[in-house]
Amino acid sequence: MSDTVIETSFAKDTGPAVVRAEHLGLTFPTGDGDVVALSDVNLTINKGDFVSFIGPSGCGKTTFLRTIADLEKPTSGTLTINGMSAEEARRARAYGYVFQAPALYPWRTIEKNIALPLEIMGYAPAQQAERIKRTMDLVNLSGFEKKYPWQLSGGMQQRASIARALAFDADLLLMDEPFGALDEIVRDHLNSELLKLWDRTQKTICFVTHSIPEAVYLSTKIVVMSPRPGRVTDVIESTLPRERPLDIRETPEFLAIAARVRDGLRAGHSYDGEHV
Amino acid sequence: MTRILPVLTILLAILLFWYAMAVHMNAPWQTTLNTRADLTEVPFTTFAQQTWAQDKPVLPAPHQVITEIWNATVALELSSKRSLAYHGWITLSATLLGFAFGTALGVLLAVAIIHNDASDRSLMPWIIASQTIPILAVAPMVVVGLGAVGLTGLVPKALISMYLSFFPVVVGMVKGLRSPENIQLDLMRTYDASPWQVFWKLRWPAAMPFLFASMKVGIAISLIGAVVAELSNASGGGLGVRLLTGSYNGQTVQIWAALFIAAGLAAILVALVGSAERLVNRRMGARA
Amino acid sequence: MRSDLSSLQLYLALVAAGTGLAGLLAGLPTLGAAPLLTAFYALATLSLARLVMPWSLWLDLLLALLGAVALIASLPPGAAMPLHHWLALFSAWALAWLFVERLSAAIRRGRLPETGIGLIIPVLFGLALLVIWEVVTRGANVPPVLLPPPSAIWARLTAEVPLLWADFVQTFIKSVIPGYIIGCLAGLAVAIAVDRSPFLKAGVMPIGNFMSALPIIGIAPIMVMWFGFDWQSKAAVVVAMTFFPMLVNTVAGLNAASAIERDLMTTYAASYWQTLMKLRLPAAGPFIFNALKINSTLALIGAIVAEFFGTPVVGMGFRISTGVGRLAIDLVWAEIAVAAVAGSAFYAGVALVERAVTFWHPSVRGGRA
Repeated sequence: MSDTVIETSFAKDTGPAVVRAEHLGLTFPTGDGDVVALSDVNLTINKGDFVSFIGPSGCGKTTFLRTIADLEKPTSGTLTINGMSAEEARRARAYGYVFQAPALYPWRTIEKNIALPLEIMGYAPAQQAERIKRTMDLVNLSGFEKKYPWQLSGGMQQRASIARALAFDADLLLMDEPFGALDEIVRDHLNSELLKLWDRTQKTICFVTHSIPEAVYLSTKIVVMSPRPGRVTDVIESTLPRERPLDIRETPEFLAIAARVRDGLRAGHSYDGEHV
Repeated sequence: MTRILPVLTILLAILLFWYAMAVHMNAPWQTTLNTRADLTEVPFTTFAQQTWAQDKPVLPAPHQVITEIWNATVALELSSKRSLAYHGWITLSATLLGFAFGTALGVLLAVAIIHNDASDRSLMPWIIASQTIPILAVAPMVVVGLGAVGLTGLVPKALISMYLSFFPVVVGMVKGLRSPENIQLDLMRTYDASPWQVFWKLRWPAAMPFLFASMKVGIAISLIGAVVAELSNASGGGLGVRLLTGSYNGQTVQIWAALFIAAGLAAILVALVGSAERLVNRRMGARA
Repeated sequence: MRSDLSSLQLYLALVAAGTGLAGLLAGLPTLGAAPLLTAFYALATLSLARLVMPWSLWLDLLLALLGAVALIASLPPGAAMPLHHWLALFSAWALAWLFVERLSAAIRRGRLPETGIGLIIPVLFGLALLVIWEVVTRGANVPPVLLPPPSAIWARLTAEVPLLWADFVQTFIKSVIPGYIIGCLAGLAVAIAVDRSPFLKAGVMPIGNFMSALPIIGIAPIMVMWFGFDWQSKAAVVVAMTFFPMLVNTVAGLNAASAIERDLMTTYAASYWQTLMKLRLPAAGPFIFNALKINSTLALIGAIVAEFFGTPVVGMGFRISTGVGRLAIDLVWAEIAVAAVAGSAFYAGVALVERAVTFWHPSVRGGRA
């Protein structure tokens, strides 16, 4: 069933593929035997997509994101990013990564934290200053340049880490439950800001979450995953318009997609052995 | 004020206790002296003052020690063999030299250990074992041994200080250089940062608080190492030598004066490292 | 070229084989004199075969050990060793290093188990130090007055067991143990007493921290004057040295229990002593053991140094200082070896008790960092 959905998504390809995974598998050897983190994942992410990965913990959504980022090596299948291997893409600095925690360096001010990737990638000081200003504007943090991370609230810290990921203009943004540790109110706010940012920058975004409303609200494409072994069970194309006010979440259209995601998650749970 | 008041109170209590103990411990000898001089019926206040003014008291009163320090530093030529400033300088220079070497060695070893599995596995257990060996106890002998090879003066003592001070630095720096979390290392990987960049932009700054904490321990034991190493050679000079000659001649006031100077040096050195630490921490935006 | 060798390993392999070959050539005229060494040279040179065929890392260990044995067996008595022996030492050392590099790489990749095998590396490192020490002191004819070879120290150690035992009893059993126990208990008691008053705590902590950094060992001459030449004065020095670390650590440890844990005791209406015994002292366990470990090394140092200022004619410090005076350096080193073993055993003993008592603490549960 899932395969047919993926076929249709292949068929509907319009833009060039940014991420293309074919029969991707990843197995971790552990003391208690092997753990299959990813099994036969087929997925294409097109330029400009906002793709959410949703599923219970252990379904491999974070592992898949880390595989795209070349933080994990797949044990089978192929994976290309912009036509390159994951490692080549990482060396070409093809993506920005936002972690679950802000991971800002406490000994650097906010602007210095955003400068970190620019320093590493060898940007000239003038260029650094210009990019810091632009990305801090983009995440609405102007005025906080000289603050240290611990002087900011959790939401502002996570915005700073998004700015850091945007600073070097990678077209692909990988976000691993970036708002998971924040409260609902801050999360709503950051979600709508993220949508605006996506609209303005035309980036491709991969977003891991375990919140159904968040996934539906943000995405053009929702990838439903399930555990043991980690695999894709459904890919849902969103019919919502690009322009999404917060109250779109009360519309029947929104609720219908949410219901389909919930069904997908439930189906994945009762899945037994039909696989391969 | 709320932080100083308790400390002052305790210090005052110690001072009072000290004067009382001085009376108690010096009393037998003072009684003997007074009996010899046919002094009877000495009022207690006079007796107490007598016990605080003996030539070679069992326990000198604090003001005697302070007077001795004054006489042996400010009131004396710097070059005099009896000047505590002269002896203090000898000890201090050995301490600083050993501490500088020890810190450098400790940092280098820590860098080797975190970057190479084999050196981690072979060095770390021996570095820890090296500290359970009471090298300080054989320090004077090491100095004598090195003297036989022609190494005399500052260097042998500095070597002892180095041996003692490299250990806290290695342990602290290994911890510090390994303190960045996985998420921060992953971040550097997503930037395709070189090992050199990971070291200077992440590991090194993350290790700074650990370095200074270890340096505070290191400078204190550097000084201890230098003082003990001096016990071997009575002609070499240094605070340890003052302790040794004081003990041979029963000059308790001299011993206490040397001890106070050593304590003062330790306090100043630790405070200096502490203020350097605060300076660096402030530069790095640590919480005030 | 085999790709499973890292560049460092490749370099070491080339150095080992190269020095082996050089040794073989340099030693050609006298080859018959030391067949074992010749065999080592030949095999070290042959180890270059690793570039074209599989070469077990255990072969490297065997070769390194062969080199060490051959070197020690062929040490000429009373004369400096031939120049090419240094090449053998260098080659064996490179082989040992190569083995350690490959072994730790294998452990890291999970091809060999950590437990047991991991112990080989530090043991080999210690062994290598001993071999180098032996070969260099005897091979370069270092005067024994300066640095005796380990074999001479061992011979002296076994010959003087009764003397060394008497010194050990005097210094360790009579001075260190009582001083350590009294000092630690006093520090613990004062910490608990002070802990009840925030005012006292605020006063004692800075002073205690300050005192811990001072060269307290310097009071040794005063203690010898006060308490005489025998073990009492040494024990007094040990008490003074161990008191402050225990005080400071215990006070810090008594504050280690979290607010939530203390609130829980409050909800039970637990008394001060109940909270102390059931929560705060156990929570302070890691801190107290930290002090016990620090003090185990301090105590031995204190007792030995105090003996430099006057002793009866027995004791480790006495033996060391008189040994230096009489140029009996091998006896001094034997005494140092006893002190090192005693110090390490004392520390290890405390650490073992710590593992048993504070098994719940992450630093113990986690094992190797």
